[in-house]
This record gives sequence, structure tokens and C-alpha cells, in this order.
Amino acid sequence: MSLMKGRVLVVDDDTALSEMLGIVLRGEGFEAVLCADGESALGLFRESRPDLILLDLMLPGKDGIEVCREIRAESGVPIVMLTAKGDTVDVVLGLESGADDYVVKPFKPKELVARVRARMRRNDDIPPETLQIGDLSVDVAGHVVRRGETTIGLTPLEFDLLVALARKPWQVFSREVLLEQVWGYRHAADTRLVNVHVQRLRSKIELDPEHPEIVVTVRGVGYRAGSA
Amino acid sequence: MQPGSTSRFAGALRGRWRRSLFFRVVTTTLALSLLVVIVLGQVLVGRISNGLLDAKERSSLLEARAGLTQAQGLVAASDQTDTAAATRLIDQVAFQLANRGGGTPRLYDVLLLSSSVGVPQRGTNLVSEASVPVDLRTAVVAGDRQAWTYTEIVYTDGRLPVPGLAVGAPLTVRGLGTYELYYVFPLGQEQATLDLVRRTLVFAGLVLVLLLGLIAWFVTRQVVDPVRYAASIAEQFSAGRLSERMTVSGEDDLARLATSFNHMAASLQRQIGQLEELSRVQRRFVSDVSHELRTPLTTVRMAADVLHDARVDFDPATSRSAELLQTQLDRFESLLTDLLEISRFDAGAAVLDPQATDLRGVVTRVVEMAAPLSERRQTTVRMDLPSDECIADVDVRRIERVLRNLVDNAVEHSEGRPVDVCVRCGDGAVAVSVRDHGVGLRPGESSLVFNRFWRADPARARTTGGTGLGLAIALEDASLHGGWLQAWGQPGDGANFRLTLPCRLQDELVSSPLPLEPADADQTRRLPVAVGGPAPRWEADADEGAPDA
Repeated sequence: MSLMKGRVLVVDDDTALSEMLGIVLRGEGFEAVLCADGESALGLFRESRPDLILLDLMLPGKDGIEVCREIRAESGVPIVMLTAKGDTVDVVLGLESGADDYVVKPFKPKELVARVRARMRRNDDIPPETLQIGDLSVDVAGHVVRRGETTIGLTPLEFDLLVALARKPWQVFSREVLLEQVWGYRHAADTRLVNVHVQRLRSKIELDPEHPEIVVTVRGVGYRAGSA
Repeated sequence: MQPGSTSRFAGALRGRWRRSLFFRVVTTTLALSLLVVIVLGQVLVGRISNGLLDAKERSSLLEARAGLTQAQGLVAASDQTDTAAATRLIDQVAFQLANRGGGTPRLYDVLLLSSSVGVPQRGTNLVSEASVPVDLRTAVVAGDRQAWTYTEIVYTDGRLPVPGLAVGAPLTVRGLGTYELYYVFPLGQEQATLDLVRRTLVFAGLVLVLLLGLIAWFVTRQVVDPVRYAASIAEQFSAGRLSERMTVSGEDDLARLATSFNHMAASLQRQIGQLEELSRVQRRFVSDVSHELRTPLTTVRMAADVLHDARVDFDPATSRSAELLQTQLDRFESLLTDLLEISRFDAGAAVLDPQATDLRGVVTRVVEMAAPLSERRQTTVRMDLPSDECIADVDVRRIERVLRNLVDNAVEHSEGRPVDVCVRCGDGAVAVSVRDHGVGLRPGESSLVFNRFWRADPARARTTGGTGLGLAIALEDASLHGGWLQAWGQPGDGANFRLTLPCRLQDELVSSPLPLEPADADQTRRLPVAVGGPAPRWEADADEGAPDA
């Protein structure tokens, strides 16, 4: 396994599915670490330092939402939820607790691998570049966002979202375009992904998240960078 | 008052009468008691005046008879022979009779009249002879007996006439012929008494009516107030505050009303609670089944995929088996997804996630996604989009699913002829119509298409990949938005599906910016029952219920 593309932590209580996920991921060149319950997930995460986490929402003991919150509290590692329920409430709850993306069971292996790849393709050779959006300066290569001297901590996904908007401040991005650029969906997917993450991003970067000035909503179209 | 304001006032009164029990009871009580007081007053006044006049009549007749006897005595005692002496006699009679009547006010006046010409006539106290009605004089003269009648006493000096009683009798005076002796009794005192009685009665009657009105007001208040209270509690209850109860005080009928109302409310609350619990259990079940089924299906699916990817290494039979496994899993999966979606609707667990969206973008995307299918079916999908944006509050995921379903269906049934997708906006609504020119729908089928697992021709094998639930789900999705999904079709002239959505979620749809029957429909082949009707939601609901029956 010289061509190791990255390490994936799979947290799922269904051992058959976990094993199958392991087979598929290893077949695609990833290293898979399996975990069967919510209690040991955090310990295993600290131990294995994965590049991405596949997290089932319904776990015995501690549930997936809780695990997601705990991991998010200490790391910006990409988290992709595995959910058996397409219900709005569950998906939104998962996204709000910090997940970057989700796949609904039953998913196709290719779909899952595409999601994993999309979240793991990262700063391989990004030219040094500094963007200005609102009163924030964004160091793209260094992966740092500053307001004045203060550094604002963003997850990689939130950072990508902000960079996408900041690169073309004159353009209004529809949710579908953002899904394609940031999440890597080629076909239309769930626009709630965008809504939830814009809310999360705003809560971190806006001075007043109720009246956003950096990421502005354009009614009926989508979002754009604030003109300030 | 102008006629307009009068009728407005009358209208307001009529409205008050209809709406307010209180107003009605008080008004009725006032009107009825007024009527009773008037009738009673009339009877009383009649009785009292009869009594008064009867007594007066009796005493007057006695007095008159006594006077007549005295006059006859005087006449009989005199032996005059000449006219002068007779005239003196007449004067004496008049004087003596008048003196019997006492001083002022006199009890009566006397008139000595004669129908003969040139004989002296006498009257006391300026009483005019016009006070004696002609009828009475005729009766006295012709009947030669005492007669009486009520009359109006007229005075020669212009005093106001007063009501009175006139009693007359014939009196023969030798030498002068037959006289008529009239006693005229003024009834002023009786009149005054009657007036007083009448005034008192009117006053007492009015006071009585007012008091009755007040009593009615109080009594009605006692009944109406609790009823109004009950009504307000019932309104709050029906507005969803299920724990609202009436306070019970005392043991009267109103307390019973309150108690029964509270029992009813408690029982309703219990039943609603049970239904909610049932729905919750159902939702929970759907969610559990969903989870329990999906996890193994995911494993099977992935395993099948791994096998499918490796099928080149297998022998032909195993390789084909892997392929079949793969395709049938696809079908199984979409069927499961649709079934779960439908059961979510049935459990009332479907939640809307609306956002303001330009429907033109959604339609464009759906049509682009249908491109591979339309290529396979060798047809084209033409779009007719307005230049202005068509923004509505919609759940994009659901509306995209509805439109994808309509477009895919149209392409499937297009038979190679182009499919037209048209978007229009106006009057608070956005409409999308999807028109194909394929085999069309038979009469009556336009509502059946939304039934679960409905097939146009049961004998025809299902060649398309649909689950048979697509349109049923689409209809539910449209209803969830407060929108309409309707179908129109004619045999041989294709079908038209129209989705109409309100721009704002809470708004009620009244019309659609697009016609259900397309303008290019073949009018000559039109069948009377081919149109699916301007079916609002209730008709759609009826369709939805059918397959369960």
C-alpha cells in the first residue's frame, strides 16, 4: 500500500456495513480505521489522526450528533455523515452539529468515494495568495483568516466557502454553483448544505450574524461577498 | 334623516337583532309588556268611567224626576188664565227648580223649552238650548215621557262647552200648551276624575314597562353572560388551546353546561392526544423501518457494486447475474425510497423546507438532467421561459422531484414528438406545465394518474423504470406547498400536466397563470369528459384516498 491516499475513520455500529466500507475504501487506496460505537470514537480519532471521518448518525451509546460535536470542538477534520434518514430535521441537525457533508443510505460506493475525495482534495500546491473580503484578509495558501490581528478559526470547508466567495466579489453565487465549487457536486444536490454552512460561517466571521455584511443573501438567487 | 341613513339604521338594528340574544329578549319584553299595559289600561279606564257615569245617571234621573214632580205640583196649584200669569208661572217654575240645584257650582241647570211658537222659554245659567240634542227633544215630545242622553253643554256667553247629561220630560201648562222640562247635569267633575285616572294609569304603565325592561335586562344578563363566557372558552379551545376549561360555580343549569363542556373538552383532548401518539408511533415506525432496511441494503448494494466492477473476471453466467443484481437493486432502492416517502406523507411527517427560488432555474436544471433520457427516446424538450424571474417560496428538493417526474413521464410517453415545458408567473402564483403529444389520456384518466401504482393499461408490461408512485408523491409534494397538480389529456392528442404553486406559502391559490387545457389542443377531437377539471386541492385529496379504499 504505497499509494496511500489518506486515512479514513469509519464510525458505524453495523459491522457488515463497516467491513464493506473498509473493503471499498481500501480498494480505492485509502486506509480505513473501523470503530463500532460512539463511546470509543473520540479516543480512536485522537489516536489515529484520520484525514476524514465517516460517521453514522445513529449509534448505540453516544449518538452520532454528539460524537460530531465533540470532534468538531477540537478539530476541523472533514466529517461526512452516513444517514439512513433523508428527513430534513436529521440532516440539518447533523450539519448544524458540524458535519461537512452527508450521504444517504443506501448509497452507491462510487458516490461515497466521490464525497470522500471531494472533501480530501486539499492544498497540494496552492500558489500564495491573499484575498480581501469585507474587513477580513484571507491567506489562501496559509489557510488563515484574520480580522486585523485576530485569527479566526474556520474548518477547511468553511474556509473553502469563504475563499470561493472572496475570489469573485462581484459575482452572485447560486446555491447550486457553490455546491459544485465547494462540495464538488456536479449535479444538483441538497441546497440545505449551503444554507447551514453559510449560517455556521456567518456565526464565526460576521460581527452581527443577524445582519450579515460579509456573506450577503441575494433573495431568490443565492449569496455573494459583501461590498464593504 | 336621509333615506340612506334610515335604512342603514334599520339594517344595524336587524343585525343586532340577529346577533344579540340579549337585545332580542329585552326588546321583546319591552314590546309585549307595553302591549299588555295598553290593553289593561283601556279596560281599567272603561270600567272606572262606566262606574262613575252609572252613579251619576242614577242620581241625575232621581233629581230630574223629583224636579218634574215639583214642577207639576206648581203648575197644578196655579189657576192662571191669561198669558201673563202663565209666563209668571213659567218663571216661577224655572226659578224654584234651579234653586233646588244649590249654589255654585250648580249641580244642574234647567231649560224650559216649547216647540210652540210665541210662548216664553226659560233657561238658567246661560245654558243654550242647543245643549239639548234634537233627537232627545223629538223623543220627549213624541214619546210624551222622560228621556235622557249624554250631550255637550253649550253656553250662550261663549264659555267652553262641557260634557253633560240631559234629562227631559214633557210638562203641560194650561194656557201655554206643552212644555219640555230639561235638566242638564254638567259632568266636569267626573271628567276631571277620569282624566286623573287616565294620567295615573299612563304614568304607572310607562314606569311598569321600564321596570319590566330592566328586569328582563338583569335576567338575560344572568343567562347570556355565562353563555358568552362558554362561547369564548369554546373558541379558545377550537383555536388549539386544548387545556382551556370553564370554571364551574354552583349547581344550576349553567354549571351543568360548564361541566358537560369540560367533559367534552377533556374527552376531545384525550382523543387528540391518542391520535397524536398514534401518528408519532407511526412516524417512529417509518423512521425505524427506514433505518433498519437501509443499512443492510447499503451493504448489499456495495457488495453488488464490487461484484459488478469485477464481472469481467467471472464466467458469463456469474457475470450476467452480477449485472442483474445491480439493476434490480437500483429498482428495489427507488421503490423503497418512494414507499418511505409516501408513508412519511401518510404519517403527516413530511416537513417543508422552503426558500425563495426562481423556478426558471429549477426547470432549466430538470430539463438538462432529462437530456440523456430524451436522447434515448429520440425526442426533444422545448422550454418556454418568461424573461422576468418567477420567484416562489418552495422546497427546492421536492419541487425539483415533482418536475423531474413530470418531465421524465412526458419524455417516456412522447413517442418521439417534442415535449413542451412552459413557466408562467402572475397573480401571486407560479405555474409550470409539461405538455407531451403522445398517446394521451382517455376520458376520466386525468384524475386516476395520481393514484398509487396506477397504470394506463394494466395489460401492457411496465417497460419504463418508474415505481408507479411518482405522480402520487408529486401530488403530495404539491399539496404540501398549498399548490395544485392537475392533469389534462385527450386520446391521441397527448397530455398536459400543470403544477401551480403560490408565491408565498401561506397564500391560497385562486387561479393559475397557465391554462390546464393547452392552447394547441385539438378542438375537433375534444371529448366532453376529457378535461381533468380545475381541480383544487380537495379533488386531489379525493384522488389520493382512492387506492386505500
